[in-house]
Amino acid sequence: MSPMTFMAEPVGGRFGDFGGRYVPESLVPACAAVAAAFRDAWADKTFRDELDGLLSVYAGRPTPLTPASNLSAQLGISLWLKREDLAHTGSHKINNVLGQGLLARRMGRTRLIAETGAGQHGVATATAAALLGLSATVYMGTRDIERQRLNVHRMEMLGATVVPVTSGSRTLKDATNEAMRAWVADTERAHFLLGSVGGPHPYPWMVREFQRVIGSEARRQAPVVPDVVVACVGGGSNAAGTFAGFVDTSSRLIGVEAAGGAAMSNGAPGVVHGARSMVLQDDEGQVAEAESIAAGLDYPGVGPEHAYLGAIGRSEYRTVTDDEVVEAVRRLARTEGIICALESAHAVAWVLRAAGTADLPAGSAVLLTLSGRGDKDMHTLIGGTA
Amino acid sequence: MSTSLLARVADGRKALVPYITGGITADWTDYLLACEAAGADAIEIGLPFSDPVLDGPTVQEASDRALARGATVASILADLSAVTVGVPLVVMTYANLVMRAGPAIFCARLAEAGVAGLLVSDLPVDEVAEVELAAAEAGLALILLVAPVTSDERLAEIARRASGYLYAISVMGTTGERATVAGSAAALATRVKAVSDLPVLVGFGISSPSQAAAAAEAADGVVVGSALMRRILDGATPGELAVDIASMRSALG
Repeated sequence: MSPMTFMAEPVGGRFGDFGGRYVPESLVPACAAVAAAFRDAWADKTFRDELDGLLSVYAGRPTPLTPASNLSAQLGISLWLKREDLAHTGSHKINNVLGQGLLARRMGRTRLIAETGAGQHGVATATAAALLGLSATVYMGTRDIERQRLNVHRMEMLGATVVPVTSGSRTLKDATNEAMRAWVADTERAHFLLGSVGGPHPYPWMVREFQRVIGSEARRQAPVVPDVVVACVGGGSNAAGTFAGFVDTSSRLIGVEAAGGAAMSNGAPGVVHGARSMVLQDDEGQVAEAESIAAGLDYPGVGPEHAYLGAIGRSEYRTVTDDEVVEAVRRLARTEGIICALESAHAVAWVLRAAGTADLPAGSAVLLTLSGRGDKDMHTLIGGTA
Repeated sequence: MSTSLLARVADGRKALVPYITGGITADWTDYLLACEAAGADAIEIGLPFSDPVLDGPTVQEASDRALARGATVASILADLSAVTVGVPLVVMTYANLVMRAGPAIFCARLAEAGVAGLLVSDLPVDEVAEVELAAAEAGLALILLVAPVTSDERLAEIARRASGYLYAISVMGTTGERATVAGSAAALATRVKAVSDLPVLVGFGISSPSQAAAAAEAADGVVVGSALMRRILDGATPGELAVDIASMRSALG
């Protein structure tokens, strides 16, 4: 185990055998420019202060750590919820977009390009663009547009352009392809505001650093060092930010994947979207199409640092089914009065299943990051498009 | 290894390299024979990948169609083994297909199928070491991309490590037909030729004979992909494609 993995810039963007910068030559200088700018900004107190200020007075940080007392009593554990659902725009995505938005402005970029699955990252990007005086173009698969229409309206209300993506599985994977294609054509003006801890160096490192605030706050707020720290994992940004606060503790780190999009649990090493990581794919390397009720986890890859932490045994990954997830949303809503996002409910579902078993013994202290709120999912939950 | 794959360039003439998506039709290798007959100097064969981030709509559609009709790396290489094409064949693909098999096995399979070179779109020089070694061991040329934004320092490194030819991306963007050839193409070709003895081909957006001739002025030739794949997607026969290629060939002199 090497806790240092969560501290410094990964050399060459490598997390063990994973990471790197697998992009066409035309994007290498742009990635290098983002890396240099982030390295410089992250060491600059002025930049850090400005970001901290926005996180505080704009995004509503610190978010609370809520004891889930009713559910804890039912399950025989002590469960705390890190409430990213209470951050502005309704998810942890705001942490990253404010950071990258400020960085884009510092680099003299005028336009943000982003991909989105559930629309939470797209809404956050549109929000940062509006706040910082930048334009935003968000690529979104048409299947996700159908099931997350509320977020499309929010993005448009914020002044962003939403571009429907009709290729492939019409979900996050394909939206990411299209965002990268758009960036190649506009690297001078545009910043690619990747929403998760995947992609070419420096994105996995940079996005984890911008999300580290989740784990840092939770570490301060938690009354004890948790036995288990748990978060959902699609690309893995809320989990990476959460884990960053606990990697040097004795806490077990558990990422919960969608059964139909479980790159850590069911994938093999591969290169997709600029990084070597775990990827759902066939024997020849064609990337598989994920399938999850949660658009934000409907992705066949995962951030390379998760692949590394999993490989060295520092973090563990579990899967839950769509049915368990729907039940978890209802259970949390009715016991704690919190409607969480389908994505976040994956972490809840695992806790519901595992509590009292060898995987999560009775009496455990559990810290769970509730990455977002569930308003966007009401249509899906009441029987609409999934 | 800096051996040129393009004999015609050594004679001071301009090279023409068509791109064909492997497995696009059942008898797709007939297009290769048509390319050869119409004066191609080498042929790039795309091994279709599910997520081709450097490709525009036409090659995406071609890749999807090939995959949908069941084309695989194995089937495409088997098809190649069954034909004799008299010009060098270069496989163009994405890193995951190379890495999944393992670079050594992948390169050996290509060589067995009669392939002479390999170009991996999302494998920049910084990440190429393992594939570079495997290609050399299999006797494959390793073609690398250079772009208008490539610095002089990177250009020198890329030129040092590439073989076969260098592929100059004419414009910042994806593959695909464009109305005009960007001015950046000539400037880049000139910069590359100043630091390398390898042939320099310009590609991306070369759609017509006159564009081919213009793009080749500062370079040693052109790669033509999307314009040909659009014709194939629209149903052009090998004979019809040969007419297009022949007119590009004659425009290049």
